[in-house]
Amino acid sequence: MKKTLIALLLCAATLPAQAVLDPAPVRQLAAEDSSAKVAAIRQLTQTADPDAVRVLKAMAEDSLFLAGDKVVIIEGEQAFDATSGEAIKMPANPESPTVNNRIRGELASALAALKLFDADVGVRLASAQKLQSQVTPEMAPLLARALNQESDAQIKALLTLAHAQANLANTDPAARLEAVKALAETSSPTIKSVLLPLTEKAGEPDDKVRYEAIAAVKAIDSRLAMAENVGRAFSGLSLGSILLLGALGLAITYGVMGIINMAHGELLMVGAYATYGMQSLFRAFAPDYIDWYLPAAIPVAFFAAALVGVVMERTVIRWLYGRTLETLLATWGLSLVLIQSARVLFGAQNVEVSNPSWMSGGIEVMPNLILPWNRIIIVGFAMFVLFLVWVLMNRTRLGMFVRAVTQNRAMAGCVGVPTARIDTMAFALGAGIAGLGGVALSQISNVGPDMGQGYIVDSFMVVVVGGVGQLAGAVWAALGLGIFSKLLEGWAGAVIAKISILVCIIIFIQKRPQGIFALKGRFVE
Amino acid sequence: MILETTLDDRPEGSDGADQMGHFVTGELDLSHGVALYLEDITVSFDGFKALNNLNLAIDAGELRCIIGPNGAGKTTMMDVITGKTRPDSGKAYFGQTIDLTRLTEPEIAHVGIGRKFQKPTIFEQHTVFENLELAMKTDKRVWKSLLAWLAGDERDKIAETLRLIRLDKEADRQAGLLSHGQKQWLEIGMLLMQEPKLLLLDEPVAGMTDDETMRTAELFVSLAGKHSLVVVEHDMAFVEKLGGLVTVLHEGSVLAEGDLATVQNDQRVIEVYLGR
Amino acid sequence: MRKPLTLRILSALDTKSWIALGIFLALALLVVPVLHLNFPEDSAFHVSTYAITLIGKIMCYALVAVAMDLIWGYGGILSLGHGLFFALGGYAFGMYLMRQIGRDGSYGADLPDFMVFLDWKELPWFWLGSDSFGWASFLVLAVPAVVAFVFGYFAFRSRIKGVYFSIITQALTYAAMLLFFRNETGFGGNNGFTDFKRVLGVTITSPETRLVLFGLTAVMLAATLVFAAWLVKSKFGRVLTAIRDAESRVMFIGYNPLWYKLTIWVISAVLCGIAGALYVPQVGIINPSEMSPGNSIEIAIWVAVGGRGTLIGPIIGAFVVNLAKSWFTVSFPEYWLFFLGLLFIVVTLLLPQGLVGLWKKLMAKKEGAAA
Repeated sequence: MKKTLIALLLCAATLPAQAVLDPAPVRQLAAEDSSAKVAAIRQLTQTADPDAVRVLKAMAEDSLFLAGDKVVIIEGEQAFDATSGEAIKMPANPESPTVNNRIRGELASALAALKLFDADVGVRLASAQKLQSQVTPEMAPLLARALNQESDAQIKALLTLAHAQANLANTDPAARLEAVKALAETSSPTIKSVLLPLTEKAGEPDDKVRYEAIAAVKAIDSRLAMAENVGRAFSGLSLGSILLLGALGLAITYGVMGIINMAHGELLMVGAYATYGMQSLFRAFAPDYIDWYLPAAIPVAFFAAALVGVVMERTVIRWLYGRTLETLLATWGLSLVLIQSARVLFGAQNVEVSNPSWMSGGIEVMPNLILPWNRIIIVGFAMFVLFLVWVLMNRTRLGMFVRAVTQNRAMAGCVGVPTARIDTMAFALGAGIAGLGGVALSQISNVGPDMGQGYIVDSFMVVVVGGVGQLAGAVWAALGLGIFSKLLEGWAGAVIAKISILVCIIIFIQKRPQGIFALKGRFVE
Repeated sequence: MILETTLDDRPEGSDGADQMGHFVTGELDLSHGVALYLEDITVSFDGFKALNNLNLAIDAGELRCIIGPNGAGKTTMMDVITGKTRPDSGKAYFGQTIDLTRLTEPEIAHVGIGRKFQKPTIFEQHTVFENLELAMKTDKRVWKSLLAWLAGDERDKIAETLRLIRLDKEADRQAGLLSHGQKQWLEIGMLLMQEPKLLLLDEPVAGMTDDETMRTAELFVSLAGKHSLVVVEHDMAFVEKLGGLVTVLHEGSVLAEGDLATVQNDQRVIEVYLGR
Repeated sequence: MRKPLTLRILSALDTKSWIALGIFLALALLVVPVLHLNFPEDSAFHVSTYAITLIGKIMCYALVAVAMDLIWGYGGILSLGHGLFFALGGYAFGMYLMRQIGRDGSYGADLPDFMVFLDWKELPWFWLGSDSFGWASFLVLAVPAVVAFVFGYFAFRSRIKGVYFSIITQALTYAAMLLFFRNETGFGGNNGFTDFKRVLGVTITSPETRLVLFGLTAVMLAATLVFAAWLVKSKFGRVLTAIRDAESRVMFIGYNPLWYKLTIWVISAVLCGIAGALYVPQVGIINPSEMSPGNSIEIAIWVAVGGRGTLIGPIIGAFVVNLAKSWFTVSFPEYWLFFLGLLFIVVTLLLPQGLVGLWKKLMAKKEGAAA
């Protein structure tokens, strides 16, 4: 006692600027009982004193010791008094207090909480964000104090939420009511689980607060559900974008030549393998620029798929003109050959195509709604391709020829449109677009020999729903089918969703046999 | 193209599914002397009016010629009468009681309207005989066809028609091997086998020799009286030979009506055909 | 003067064909059993179990090919979903075979093994009556018929034709495959039905049972051939080909194509169902992969190889393609898909009338040379 007093006096004399911690809780940190330690940690946290940070940090780093009656911090060869912070002589037999997992957890959140008072805004913000999920009722006064001296609006908002969470255990019903009201504005699943106990009589005796809590949970629930649906709709949008890239080519070739290419899905595969090939090339020869492999893959995939398309058109499809059903069979044969070729060349297993670093991560719109960059980029990419195709079809001579052949092949031929060349060009274009679809697909799904098969039925459905030779129809049908199927998947499962969509399409065709945008008139038949 | 047009605006309950051979609209009633009656028929394709308030009445037993420049709406009019195209507005009656806008193509064929297409449409893989057999007026439901067997009088009827269309020597030939004129005749023969009350003939003599054309005219004139005929034709000599009233269509409505001489001297008709 | 029906059926085939059919049945019902049972395995005359199973399986395929030819060759409607009807027939009969296992399954339970595995306590309602052979046989006919009728009615009513129809049938079988892949659907999920023990109380793998099933398939194939010949020669068949060639003309002379198409569509589906029911006990397994789009489109190539629009063509095609398949998959498995793919291309490009057409052309040439 005498020694402490002297030390205190000394301390006051030598370091007048330094505040001195309350020695009782410091001593209690080294107590036998865990609960006593926890209480001491919490008490120290309350002070929001920089010295408390120092002591707690030391304890977390296992450099806090008990030397006789004194709590000391030992760093290497140096020893400090925990209460005052002054250097002391190295004690003889320092004992390490037990720091179990419970204490460690307590220390972690205490240190995080104390960071709220850091001078650096960044540190404060990080701490406030981290706190959200580990608020305890005891933090209420601390948070109130932090809130009081905080000037940054973003941190303030976070602290308000944390304070409200801590206040849920307040003995004053009015304070609890206030807290519940504040929390009702949020949309995080954690806060919902914090509020849940208050919706029952056992957890919340006050009727008013309980009703408010029930309403708050409901409000959070509906926002959560909305976020989930928005998330699904978004992934539907990206699926629709890929379907669109698949279906655009199909719609063009169907419009121009009246044939449906069953090997179209394999052109997606060609595009995806071209992407894989570019990735391998970059890895081998330009590993520093690996992130650039994807932009480089775009033209390569386009031309690789277009080349395969031209070969298909010249060797097989051209000779089956007018025999549409047989074309289905022949192009199916082509798809088998392409699949088997991919197996022989690249192996039957899926190959690994990874996102470039700039495509990972996403935008967090809500706590449970993150829009991944790769999907955002795919949607944007599809829209860009769509724009190019639109320009090509409506603003160029080739587009005019293609449209002419679509409407009336014989007449187009009569006025000098080279229909055979247009067929090849249109087929190459459609194949190239499918190749681009393959690039996009490689970023969100597996790349393997069978990958095209899964998308072909869906792409056909897009053409069926969208109508013949109609870009606008294909766009609406692709995006609509993509979003609709993902939303449906959310509450009915993938298989049921697929089946119900098929049924819907069959019903839809009853009403509009020619798709959304029907060509009408005497040329139809 | 794959899918047929204009099914989307078909009235409810007339999908023809439950009505094969039996019709809700009642029997053909020609008591007032009118076989076909079109009133204010309008059909538009994406804003283009193929028919524009068309009015037309054909008497029972009449032979009427329809002429008009390309795009005047002649074929669309036939499409409306035979149920292939539904009008956006207007009435189409067969006799007094049968509302054509409510029936399907096979049902309209059953009530007694036969149609010959502009391009001869026959079953090229079947023999001439089989073409006529399939067209013959009879119960055309599935299970009747499964058990159908030609009776003697039916064979006689086919033989008679074969003689009339001068194809009795070609009876067992594949129809696709006939000449263009013979195909036209075969299609007319198929129409006759249906025993229709009203025959719609779209350019029946296109591709025929002069001799064949004249014989066709004679045939049609002999059919008038018992049947009503509506003939669309460009060949003025043929129209003249047929006699009867001539209706001129232009831009989807009737421009002029009268006998051929009157119509040919009509100033508006001359303008339409010759341009200004 | 109306000819009695029996006489008309007799006139469906010419004398030569009747004789050929008789020889075929004699081989299947007499010669094969004798060779299989009475000669030891090392004898040159012995017909092995492998051969019987293979030929039996291909005869089922041939039955499907004839059914496909009725709708495609004669009706002009290319179905890419006929595997669905085949599988439905197979599943309907497979349910009965599963119940015949009784307590001999690996769990020794009353319920089929996969249900025990799913922890189901009782049979789902659609398994009711599946222990009865009669009910199972009824389902073999009824399920494909009902599915085909409902689908066909809506498709034909809205005049879906050509490639559109083909694609929608493909989507149909694809959707059904996904459905059957689910365990909760109640048909064994991925694995389907297998490990059958008995049919009508007798051991399913015994040589006698095999021969009976083999003979039954042969009889069914022959009967289908006669039925199909009668069908295409009837006025119904002529209307059907007329619809194929000029549908609008058919409508304007007063036939409603909907019912004609629907009739042949349902008949074709039922024939596939029967083939599936005969296939399952002989091959010993049925699973959802039978419904994969690839399987259905393969049926079309059997018909195309043999020659569509003829009745013997599909049978020849089914045998040629499937014998080639079993040879390839044993000798050069990695080349089978190349071969099949090229077969699709070559047949459509160079042999539009199939092998029968080629044969006819060669004969005509020979006659021309002789004359």
